[in-house]
Amino acid sequence: MVVISALLVQAVQMVTVVLLAPLLTGFIRKVKSRLLRRQGPSVIQPYRDILRLLRKEVVLAENASWLFRVTPYVIFAVTWVAAAIIPTFATGLMFSWTADLIAIIALLGSGRFFLALAGMDVGTSFGGIGSSREVMIATLAEPAMLLIIFTLALVAGSTQLSTIAAFMTSPQVGLRVSLGIALIALIMVAIAENARIPVDNPATHLELTMVHEAMVLEYSGRHLAMIELAASLKLQLYISLIACMFVPWKLAVLEAGLAAYLVGLLAYLAKLAVGGTLLALFETATAKMRIFRVPEFLGAALMLGLLATLLLFVSRSL
Amino acid sequence: MQALADLILEGRPVQHHRPWPRTIVDPMVWTSATVALAEGHWTLLGLWGETAAIHMALLEEPTGTIGVISLEELEGGYPSVAQYHPPALRPERAIHDLVGLVSKDLPDPRPWLDHGRWGLRFPLGDRLPPPPETAPYAFLRSEGDSLHQIPVGPVHAGIIEPGHFRFTANGETIVRLEERLGYVHKGIEALMVGASLDRAVQLAGRTSGDSTVTYAYAFSRAVEAALQLEVPSRAGWLRALMAELERLANHLGDIGAICNDAAFPLMHTHCGVLRERALRAADTAFGHRLMRDRIKPGGVIADLDHEGAAALRAVATEIGQTFPALVELYDNTASLQDRTVGTGMLRPELAHQYGAGGYIGRASGRGFDVRRALGYPPYNSLLFEIPVLHEGDVNARVWIRIREVEQCLSLIAQILDQLPAGPVSIDIPDIGETREGMALVEGFRGDVFVWLRVAESGRIDRCHLRDPSWFQWPLLEAAIEDNIVADFPLCNKSFNCSYSGHDL
Repeated sequence: MVVISALLVQAVQMVTVVLLAPLLTGFIRKVKSRLLRRQGPSVIQPYRDILRLLRKEVVLAENASWLFRVTPYVIFAVTWVAAAIIPTFATGLMFSWTADLIAIIALLGSGRFFLALAGMDVGTSFGGIGSSREVMIATLAEPAMLLIIFTLALVAGSTQLSTIAAFMTSPQVGLRVSLGIALIALIMVAIAENARIPVDNPATHLELTMVHEAMVLEYSGRHLAMIELAASLKLQLYISLIACMFVPWKLAVLEAGLAAYLVGLLAYLAKLAVGGTLLALFETATAKMRIFRVPEFLGAALMLGLLATLLLFVSRSL
Repeated sequence: MQALADLILEGRPVQHHRPWPRTIVDPMVWTSATVALAEGHWTLLGLWGETAAIHMALLEEPTGTIGVISLEELEGGYPSVAQYHPPALRPERAIHDLVGLVSKDLPDPRPWLDHGRWGLRFPLGDRLPPPPETAPYAFLRSEGDSLHQIPVGPVHAGIIEPGHFRFTANGETIVRLEERLGYVHKGIEALMVGASLDRAVQLAGRTSGDSTVTYAYAFSRAVEAALQLEVPSRAGWLRALMAELERLANHLGDIGAICNDAAFPLMHTHCGVLRERALRAADTAFGHRLMRDRIKPGGVIADLDHEGAAALRAVATEIGQTFPALVELYDNTASLQDRTVGTGMLRPELAHQYGAGGYIGRASGRGFDVRRALGYPPYNSLLFEIPVLHEGDVNARVWIRIREVEQCLSLIAQILDQLPAGPVSIDIPDIGETREGMALVEGFRGDVFVWLRVAESGRIDRCHLRDPSWFQWPLLEAAIEDNIVADFPLCNKSFNCSYSGHDL
């Protein structure tokens, strides 16, 4: 019975994340537009875009290898799996016993590996620039992310997300400096990982300034649809991750009954809306930083992660 | 050192060339003028050719003297100006493409405007059939370890005009930028030949869409100079009003667009609202948002009524109230300042050498402004300041625009207050004989230069229009060196040179 409901919750979770991801992107765009005194496109525009791209033919460069064609599906698959592991509205997911936080980082890392290769595959200069910038950002973002995970694992005693979420809701967590520092560092990493302002500009048309967009410049049709959907999923994944670890309120536990699941789902939607609004506010108030400032920005995240971990060695209660 | 006025006396003066003299000189004088240019005594205003002559317009900045020297002995080509004075390089390449005149000792004989796709060669000269095959354009070489090339354009991801940029970069650092322009060549100077004045002023107004008022203004002033016409004073004031409105709208658009290229769209949308208000007021006042085809030789087409004046006053007041908050936002956003300060430095020496006008020159210490230097009416009776900065970075170019927006608002208010009554145009009399005229008018980018010859029939015999961008595009190549590739869009937008006005 437990196995069946865990499977069921897992299935609902997988469908929910992939269905909600474009909505979150549309919502953030809408909020940003309103902040800029613009009407902005409808919140369901990303769905229309993905449908449009799926119907369009794929234009492939003559020298594109199999890697270029396979990458969009690989990226979508790994991002989807990673997003499916994070408890969004309920803990006790089927997959969460097989994959922990470190596995999520590994999944996203392999997605990035393929995307960076695909960026260079066709041999255009923009793809190469994008890949080199992306890898520069990744070399700093990933260690920072690992240090953040160590902090949480030291506090919660596990790298398993359901356990962390359960620990965070329990009274024994208290107010900890290390967790506050880890939260700030995680937000910084999330901004860099999702190619948002001030690290990258997702809305730019300037090919010379792009990071993520430069790598996917040669993609079209269903390939681009997969990449766009994966990008939306990744953004949602990071907001879910922050929500799950730092505000795991109203997360339904296994076999809690239909009402608890519904409350969990509503709470999740509210968390996404709050996260999306905050991101839009932050992006509107900042200009993009010069590309060589990004290492300083991520270096700060890395140092914060390190500081949080060290604090825990000084005292378990910090 | 010789004064420009003395040089002009050395040649054979040309009759009916106004308002400044033109003389026909021998190659010796031409070369000595070239050397004096290179030594920085004068500024090159324009260099253009005809089938049997080459002309060079010179400016002596301290005295405000302007003169044109022409060379008519062209067997085997004319002595190159560019071999001593690099700003003449692209004009000389363009002269070869358009007219077919050969420059002796030209350091860089590659074609410039002609990409081999016109279906003929030398459209202003012999109109020869094109060669069967054209060699691919040879970009300048850059050699060294770990250098790589990035070709950008001519078609860009955004909706901007076409131009090709060839970067050579070492990682992210730009080692060399080479521009390739000419993609929007419309053949305006060839279309001008034989055009009636009505048609020609329309053509002039289509040289660069964002400066349509300036071009029609400059063209009309050149015709009026050639024919010695005195336009009614109300027409002169209305022209200045349109020119200031155009400057205001373009600067507002630019300030926002520069910030947008640093991914700060907040400034962009707010400036966009103000620009739109200015354009709508222009539409109410003059019947066209960009005020295209409102200025003609002899005056202006539409008079300003009470409703229009009220709309302009209202918009000037509104912008005057809203704009300071935007300036404060620009100045107080540290992340934005971090991008603009110290980026894309243009050295003052280069700005002086190239005679860069507009915000590019003024941000690098060259305070030349035709409105002040020549004081054409009504600017001689208006109060305004010309902001000058010396930093030469993107931030300085933004600040020059901000200060000029403030000056525009003040000028618009002054013009509306002092606008004289009376007729707004006079008829063009019969020409009688061939006459030549020239004019310089300050547009938002800098000084637009127009030279023309009207034939006895009243039709244009030859008209040369020189956009300020001719002397600004090369400076972008210099300013971008040692910057990073990702900062190019920001630098480019802060220059905002015209593709269309340059490609003609």
